Amino acid sequence: MSHSTPDPNAAAGNVYDGLLEHHDVAGDDSQWAFGTDFEDPLAGVDTTVPDDVDAHELATYCLMLGDDALVLSQRISEWCSNAPDLEEDIALANIALDLLGQARLLLARAAAADPSVVPTLPEGSPVPAEDALAFFRDAGQFRNLRITEVPNGDFAHVVVRTLLFATVRLSLFTRLAESRDPVLAAIAAKGVKELTYHRDYAGRWFLTLAQGTDESRRRLTAALAELWPLFGEPLSTHPVEAGVAAAGVGVDPAAVADEVDVVLEQVFAVSGVDRPGAAPLAGVQGRTGRDGLHTEALSRMLAEMQVVARAHPMGKW
Amino acid sequence: MPTTDTETGMAPDPTAERALLEQFDAIVERNDRVEPRDWMPEGYRKTLIRQVAQHAHSEIIGMQPEGNWISRAPSLRRKAILLAKVQDEAGHGLYLYSATETLGPSRQELTEMLLAGKQKYSSIFNYPTLSYADVGTIGWLVDGAAICNQVPLCRTSYGPYGRAMIRVCKEESFHQRQGYELLMTMMQGTDEQRAMVQESVNRFWWPALMMFGPPDDESPNTAQSMAWGIKRNTNDDLRQRFVDMSVPQAEALGVTLPDPELRWNEERGHHDFGQPDWDEFMQVVKGNGPCNAQRLAHRRRAHEDGAWVREAALAFADKSGGLDTPALVPREGYSTSETEEVR
Repeated sequence: MSHSTPDPNAAAGNVYDGLLEHHDVAGDDSQWAFGTDFEDPLAGVDTTVPDDVDAHELATYCLMLGDDALVLSQRISEWCSNAPDLEEDIALANIALDLLGQARLLLARAAAADPSVVPTLPEGSPVPAEDALAFFRDAGQFRNLRITEVPNGDFAHVVVRTLLFATVRLSLFTRLAESRDPVLAAIAAKGVKELTYHRDYAGRWFLTLAQGTDESRRRLTAALAELWPLFGEPLSTHPVEAGVAAAGVGVDPAAVADEVDVVLEQVFAVSGVDRPGAAPLAGVQGRTGRDGLHTEALSRMLAEMQVVARAHPMGKW
Repeated sequence: MPTTDTETGMAPDPTAERALLEQFDAIVERNDRVEPRDWMPEGYRKTLIRQVAQHAHSEIIGMQPEGNWISRAPSLRRKAILLAKVQDEAGHGLYLYSATETLGPSRQELTEMLLAGKQKYSSIFNYPTLSYADVGTIGWLVDGAAICNQVPLCRTSYGPYGRAMIRVCKEESFHQRQGYELLMTMMQGTDEQRAMVQESVNRFWWPALMMFGPPDDESPNTAQSMAWGIKRNTNDDLRQRFVDMSVPQAEALGVTLPDPELRWNEERGHHDFGQPDWDEFMQVVKGNGPCNAQRLAHRRRAHEDGAWVREAALAFADKSGGLDTPALVPREGYSTSETEEVR
């Protein structure tokens, strides 16, 4: 069967049209998905911190959640063009993009709540706060969980890491959507939809790999054994988290531990995988990722991530 | 999905075949679409498989040069834009592999032909990306050249290819604007950034011109492809269009194009311009470009590293009665082992 072609000239016209009009000066910003100038991710949002909330504590909490998303996004984006199949390449890029979006909002929220957390750049630098935070802090200033930063392994590794991370974060964000800070509540509400997909994606692949071949099962259990010691940290309470939870703006991770346990138990049971028994990875003098104490991998990852931005502190991108 | 009898392209007897050919010619003649279940000459099918597969492979290999800068993008906004763009290329690869599958070969078979070097991809991706400005230059010039090549393909005679191209072109156009906007922003930055943009444009201008293929008098397949309505314009026509389009854009940007012969020709109503180094082009086509081996090795490694995952998905699908099949299932049937040159 044949069909008439739609008007070919119309199709040809709209792609060539107007490249210059939109670019030679400021142009028509509505043509751009991301705007022509830097857009403040919180543009138009009232970022006033509730009166009785410690602004520095709130900012630090936002850095913790933002750094988790930024660092894991960076790791997952390393999969781009390396996944087992095109569908998986696209799915992993989606997850990395979602987390990157969460990171931008949370870092911007941190900067708005307490500008003193933002590194100082040379006078007149056009670098926005979210980028100053992402690209001009050293490893010791990052507050992310260590499970987000360890280097990638095989596909089973990214499946297990995503499952563990998304399960905790989904529980946290579900409660955080009720935060007394309306900005954090809105960020969390948006994140819930994304994290639901991340957990579902990782959970399906967990089951598939567990029940697939002997080789996939071997790799899955190896990845789980490798990552499990890092899974104590996401469910333990840092004093900042306790503080923001008490103030009604944050969530204490210990409060979601039971819920997380139920979800994981179900995934393990359906998959026929035993829950690992390994003890949590110790910190150094009691300090872990939330305190800025990291694995050796983080500074190496940041060296790569920050290299162009740091070479051009006065640069416009 | 094609049925077995259309895959052979053979009609039961010569009279019937002549009638089918006349019908096919009439479809092409009146600019209608040929659809997967329609009869088509074997040469048409093979030419299309070669061209659409090459296009699909180009999208997939094309993820690498820009993917090279995702981890180092200098702002979070640029990181998001770049990651989304490279993801779009994977999506284009998917549509185009699907369009090729309507002609017979499975994605699995096509991938194997790419990895074996039996099918090509666009030579532009055998050039390295050496600074962040290259992300913008690839958007502006490489995607721009691709759009010039691809917009006429929205009207190509084969339906699934033409429809895939409409969506691809819309997204490519968006990418081109994003690339140009990155360069424009950098040009408003520091002297180092402006120098970075100029250096990048100097490196990519000639390879971008090569993307239209050799001059018409050295492009043996063009005439037949145009007669079949697969190709709509000659290489030189499209190259001219691209140069005419790019010159004012370069001026608005504030960069020079590295061609001393480039000037407006009032009489022709077009720009005159110099010829790319066609010896270099042939070297890259033959596999000796700066990144040919690296690009294929990357793809091969990713494919091999993922083999156990694809096997697990198939095994799981078998066990669970096909309820959950996250990865592709190779399809039996069509096989072609012919080695074909890029042009």
